[in-house]
Amino acid sequence: MSDTVNERIKTDIDQNEVMLFMKGTPVFPQCGFSAAVVQILNHVGVKFGSADVLVDPEIRDGIKAYTNWPTVPQLYVKGEFVGGCDIIREMFEAGELEQMLDEKGIAREAA
Amino acid sequence: MPMAASDIERLIKDAMPDAEVRIDDLRGDGDHYLANVVSSAFVGKSRVQQHQMVYEALQGRMGGELHALALQTSAPEAG
Repeated sequence: MSDTVNERIKTDIDQNEVMLFMKGTPVFPQCGFSAAVVQILNHVGVKFGSADVLVDPEIRDGIKAYTNWPTVPQLYVKGEFVGGCDIIREMFEAGELEQMLDEKGIAREAA
Repeated sequence: MPMAASDIERLIKDAMPDAEVRIDDLRGDGDHYLANVVSSAFVGKSRVQQHQMVYEALQGRMGGELHALALQTSAPEAG
């Protein structure tokens, strides 16, 4: 993986407190797993940045190596990898996702 | 290229011999699975680490020939 790709990923993660790497866009997700995470983030009322890995094969490969995680979507909060679709869903169902966002001081709006 | 449920189970058990593995073929198409894995190897690990251990066991197949594998991981209940 080239350093530039790593830099771009790092910049995205640094500049967005909540950053989602996904297939498609929040408005038009191209994959059920990405759609599920978008839906959860919208439900808990956080603003998030997103990158569409389908339009950028370098990022698509790069993000998998970046965190040693083989799949997309991937959610980062304040620079830290939180998980993929299964983990986000489990955390949301257990109430842990909102708790974690609040603990990290991420602003949320009532859905 | 889909993978057989028995192959997924075998790879996980090779890496974590004590693992209890249950695989559901969610759509009956041999391509969308749910794996429930319980192993003492998960004790003290975060969810991310637990999933990474399973991905490791699958030796790069996840995201490749294995398109959709939902994961539920946990350590055995105490007692």
